[in-house]
Amino acid sequence: MRFGIVTFPGSNCDYDAYRAVVDGIGEEATFLWHKDHDLQQSDVVILPGGFSYGDYLRPGAIARFSPIMREVVSFAHRGGPVLAICNGFQIACEAGLLPGALLRNESLKFVSELVSLRVESTDTLFSNRYELGQVLRIPIAHGDGRYTADQQTVDRLEGEGRVVFRYIGGPGDADEWWSPNGSMRAIAGIVNDAGNVLGMMPHPERAVDLLLGSSDGLGIFESVLARVTA
Amino acid sequence: MSRYRIAVHITPRRGILDPQGRTVADALHTLGFADVRDVHIGRHVVVELDAGDAKEAERSTREMCNRLLANPVTEDFEIAAVEAA
Repeated sequence: MRFGIVTFPGSNCDYDAYRAVVDGIGEEATFLWHKDHDLQQSDVVILPGGFSYGDYLRPGAIARFSPIMREVVSFAHRGGPVLAICNGFQIACEAGLLPGALLRNESLKFVSELVSLRVESTDTLFSNRYELGQVLRIPIAHGDGRYTADQQTVDRLEGEGRVVFRYIGGPGDADEWWSPNGSMRAIAGIVNDAGNVLGMMPHPERAVDLLLGSSDGLGIFESVLARVTA
Repeated sequence: MSRYRIAVHITPRRGILDPQGRTVADALHTLGFADVRDVHIGRHVVVELDAGDAKEAERSTREMCNRLLANPVTEDFEIAAVEAA
């Protein structure tokens, strides 16, 4: 199975994603240049983290107009799996692949730390290898991760089981919702209505080996692998 | 065709948490501006473009705002000034 990893000017997690795929689950990965028009027969596309186009205007606002994004959007519309991480999540929202937007953290500070996520839905392409309610330790590193949408959209995401990961671990209560960035309802990751696009601010590709402090992120790659090759 | 300079104000939509605005409002209170009720911080964009007339320049800028300059999910925009450049 081949993962295509998009490199935008300013992407900085593309190599981490590459290693997660190649070393983590032993599959093939290839880089897709932002100016290209060809997904090179990728079975899964990863929009990696970073600061594409310097976050000019708004994070992801310029990257969504990259030539490769036209292909990624049509791939997603055909049902192709897209894993959008951190800046990738911001780009996917700007491109209309996912509802809502990621705004400046409520604290106005860049947050870089290992956080706890609770798996809120296992009936997705990206989370079927986890247990419902399982707690994952996965790092975040972002300044603009405050998930925001109108009330109706958030209710719909909740009602349809499309909130896949939620931040927990507030001070005093380890099981309580807690947003390190001020996200509505502590949302850390969501899927689109067709279920083939996952956007998440935490970095599963940085949690694929105990040497990195956690291997809890591997399950996302294994879930996709299990479903796409099935 | 004439050249126009168009100023656009882009602000966070009312009701959406604006932590920068809130922090600045707190600072203004500390400075003694007790009557300040709310502060919103956004972006000011100036576009220069060639258009047949001012109306066309404004229409074109409005489309730029809808498609790129503002995020329709979280921001409002207002065309503040259209002037011949």
